[in-house]
This record gives sequence, C-alpha cells and structure tokens, in this order.
Amino acid sequence: MRVVLGEDLTLLRDGLIRLLTAYGMEVVEAADNGPALLHALITHRPDVAVVDVRLPPTFTDEGLKAAIEARAQVPGLPVLVLSQHVEPLYARELLSGGRGGLGYLLKDRVSDVQRFIEAVRTVAGGGTAMDPEVISQLLARRARDEPLSRLTPREREVLALMAEGRTNAGISARLVVTEKAVSKHINNIFTKLDLYRGEDDNRRVLAVLTYLNA
Amino acid sequence: MSDSASGVRRLGRLTLRTCARGLVIAVLSVVPGIPLFVASILSLPLLAVGIGIIPVPMSLLAVRRRAGQQRRLALEWSRVSIATPYRPRPHEVSNGLIGRLQRCKWLLTDPATWRDLLWILVDMPVGVALGALPAFGIVAGVVGLLSGVWLNPGHLKQLPLFLGLLLVGVFGGPRVLKAHAQFSAVLLAPTRKELDAQVGRLNESRSQAVDASAAELRRIERDLHDGAQARLVSLGMSIGLAEQVLRDDPDLALKLLAEARESSGQALTDLRHLVRGIHPPVLAERGLEGAIRALALTLPLPVDLRIELPGRPPAPVESAAYFAVAEILANVVKHSAARSAWVQLEYSQARLIAIIGDDGAGGAVPRIGGGLRGIERRLAAFDGVIAVTSPVGGPTVVTMELPCELSLART
Repeated sequence: MRVVLGEDLTLLRDGLIRLLTAYGMEVVEAADNGPALLHALITHRPDVAVVDVRLPPTFTDEGLKAAIEARAQVPGLPVLVLSQHVEPLYARELLSGGRGGLGYLLKDRVSDVQRFIEAVRTVAGGGTAMDPEVISQLLARRARDEPLSRLTPREREVLALMAEGRTNAGISARLVVTEKAVSKHINNIFTKLDLYRGEDDNRRVLAVLTYLNA
Repeated sequence: MSDSASGVRRLGRLTLRTCARGLVIAVLSVVPGIPLFVASILSLPLLAVGIGIIPVPMSLLAVRRRAGQQRRLALEWSRVSIATPYRPRPHEVSNGLIGRLQRCKWLLTDPATWRDLLWILVDMPVGVALGALPAFGIVAGVVGLLSGVWLNPGHLKQLPLFLGLLLVGVFGGPRVLKAHAQFSAVLLAPTRKELDAQVGRLNESRSQAVDASAAELRRIERDLHDGAQARLVSLGMSIGLAEQVLRDDPDLALKLLAEARESSGQALTDLRHLVRGIHPPVLAERGLEGAIRALALTLPLPVDLRIELPGRPPAPVESAAYFAVAEILANVVKHSAARSAWVQLEYSQARLIAIIGDDGAGGAVPRIGGGLRGIERRLAAFDGVIAVTSPVGGPTVVTMELPCELSLART
C-alpha cells in the first residue's frame, strides 16, 4: 500500500513512517508543508494519504486545505486527516468534497496502533473513519436533526459506530449483541433513511454521510 | 519644463480638492446642522410633558453622529485629531420606557452633549464662512482680475485686492480648513475634567484586565499541575515499572504499558480542553467567523449566522469577542429554553458589533458574579461595551461593541 504523509513535526513524521512501514505500507513521500503535500498527493496518487491539519507555511489549516484541494482534483482520493483537536465543521468540509475513503481522527488515536492501522486500511478501502470525539460532539446536538430523529437510540449507536469505520463484527463486539442483530439494526437504519437500492457498502457510506452531514 | 507643468497641474488639483472640501464643510454646517439644532431644541421642552423621551434621544444621538462626522473630517482633511468626549453608554440598557429614560438621562447629564449643540449653533455661520472662503476667493479673484483687465483697463486700483483673494484661495485654502478643524476641536474635544474621568475609567479597566489575566494564569497553572503533569508522572511510573518486570512477568508489563497508553491519552485530552479554554485552535486556524461557525455546529439548537467582516480584528479582540459570543450562546442553551438563536457580526464605524439573539423565554437578569459580568469585564479591557435586552416573554438580544481596526482579510 502506497502512502503519502503530510506532517511537519520531525518526531511525529518519523514515528508515523516507522509505524506504517512496520505494517507493510510504503511511505512514498513525506511532505512537511501544504504546497509540497498537495503536489505529492497529485503526482503520486497514493492508495491513502495521512495528513496533519496544521502545516507550514501558515500553520493554520494548510493540511486540511491541501487534502480538500487534492480530493477535488483526484476524486475519491482516500485521505486520513489527523489533528490535535477535531471540529465537526472540518469533518463536514471534508465530506462535502465527495465520496471515497475519508478519515478524521485525533492524533491521540495513533497510540492505539492496531486500531489506527485498521482505520488507515478502512480509509484506503473507501470507507470512513470518524473520530468518536467528532461523533460525540454531533450527538450533543442530535435533538434538532430531522431524518435521524426517526432512529431509535440503539440504531443511532450502531450508526455512530459505523461512522467510526467499524465492521458489523466490530459493532457486535462493542455493543455485545449478535452480528445478526447488528445487521437487522443496519437494515432498519437504511429503511428509515430512505436508502433502498444499491450495494450494501455504498448504502453504508451513504448512511454515515447522512449522519455526519445532518 | 514638464516639471513645472506637472507642478501647476498638481497645484490645480489640490486647489480644486480644497475648494470642494470647503464647500462640503459649508453645506454640512447648514443642511444637517439647522434641522438637527432645531429638532433638539424643540424636543427638549417636550420632556416636561413626557413625550420628549422619544425624540430627545433620537435628535441628540443624531447630533452626536454629526459631531463624529466632523471629528473624522478634521482628522482626514486637516490632520487635527479630536478625541471623543462622551461618557460610556450605561450598561444593560433595557427595552421600553425604562430604557428610554436611561438613555435620556445618559445623554442629558453629559456636558459633551451640550457642547455638541453649541458647536452646531456656532458652526452655522463659522462653517459657512470658512468653508466657502477658498472657493469664494478664487472665483472672486478671477472674476475681479478679468473684469479689471478687460472691461476697465485703466482702473487698476482694486487689482491688489483681487490678487490677494486669488492667492488666499489657492495657497491659503488648507490653512482655512485647518482653522475650521481647530475651531471645531475647541468645542468637540474632551475637556480636562472629561479626560481625567476617562483616565480613571482606563485605570479601572486596566487593573481589571490585569486581575483577570492573573486569575487566568493561576487557573492554567492549577489545571496543568493537577491534570496533564500528574498524568505524565503516572505514565512515567507505569513505563518504569513495565521496564522492571518485562523479563520476569511479561503479562504484568503488558498491562502496565496499556495503562501507560491510557494515561497518555488522558493527558492529551486534558491538554486539549486547556488549550480550547486559552485560545481555541479553530480560532487560530479560521479566525472569528470560522470559529463561530464551528461553535454553532456543535450546539443543540440551530444558530442562524450573518457574518460580514471585511477583515480580521487584532488577535486579542478576536479572542475576547469569541469567548463572549460562546458564553452568551452557552447561556442561551442553558437558560432560555430557546428553539433557535442567531448571531450577527459586522464591522461599522471602527467597531466590531456582535448581536446575539434567541427566541426563548427572556427575562435574563445579569447577576453579580454571573457570566455576563465576566464578559463585561473582559470587553472593558478593549473599551468594549455590552447591552442586554430581555423582556419577560422574550426575545433576549445581547449587543456587544468592540472598537478595533481590521486587517485585510486573509485568503
């Protein structure tokens, strides 16, 4: 798997390269500023990009902007964005740039190596990996969302876990229910959100998008 | 040759500009001047029968705007800086009758109000005379000279007079305008007493700002000490222990390392909350508009945003405004039982203006030690003010004003 990295702090950049390499991924370029990152993303077209929000030269949201711009030029380019803080606003901006693998995680999550690598693979495979923090911030304002108010609390839990990028097996383990029960919940979610046709995976992504874009 | 030609052209342009400015001053002193003065004088006796409380603040505030306009013109055209003498607007101006009475009292007890009125009166003749002088000098001078030369060649006695008028018009124009600005400064600038009062207010708000920032630093120190630092200590301990037992008891080592990882995650969470309280990262990344948009997305009620800022305020003002808006929106969520809220941000007359409203129950009362007092103190450090209107039954509207300059918008 070919990875482009966007991270300006040497300590973290080297750590990430070591981590990804240990799991059999190849870091084809590690850019340390916004313009270089954008260039690398467009020329290499990696299987997945791992990008820090804050990068030089402005030290604001240079990395996020590069990721959004790259996805505009290379539709569906899988990007996993890392940050010291997460904002639902940024999640929404990333999502509005079309489909395709997308992740947005707190940097802390890197310390859970297994799950982090899982998230990188999910994103590379076209799935979503949203940080639980983003989801809990969105849950705080759940009351006002129309289509989602049709879901039962349990179905919302399942949907939130889907947004984190978990598989049916992962969800069933987390909620301590059978996989069969999970897939029943998921079917209910699809029906309630008016997602009838299409492949299962596509509907899964659409459900998550509904959830995050509400 | 071309140098002197361009010099003449430049002189011509400048003269024309001075004449135009003078005429503007002359017209302004009469056209808004007379109606404003008459309206103010006529509305004052109406106070005795009560109905004056509506027209008096209206006309007196219009007089202030006119005086403010003259202060700006004096600075822009003649480099005469005239400070604003007014007393600060009373806090928590409420709606309805009491609010109007408060406004009347605030305006009528301020000596600067009466000096403004006196200025408008005296400026009627003075403004017309001084303002029209440059243009009059040139026109009269040119007409006089031409008629002297062509119509009455022998009769050259008045030539020096016309020549003098022309010279005054061309070279004395800026002086004349400056004289008008200086005349205005005599009545429109703060008196010694008012300056002293302003210094007193500044001292007070400065010491409040110093106290607030000292308290803030103490809080940060305590949070770091009890939070992130303590967690890093426990993290170090877990790793140290794991090191010790790694060979003999790998299972225990594994458990300790998992604990260490958890401590590091909690330390990061603590630090994140702390950073958010000091300066939210999204404010640094996106400025005031982006930060308020991000904030609105996380609130449990829809917030309608109307933000029109042509640039970015200085960082401290941005931060004060952000925390004030955040605090007010938090109050809306907590207390008002509102179903929706709105935030309006704009920049006008060198002020950042934020208006926050909700459709809740109203009846908000700023308490001593409450959040609103905290905001008030924070804004006072920037000469900012806050006013709350919250009639029972709603809606509650909070208005803040922060004087500041905007820098050009970042792309």
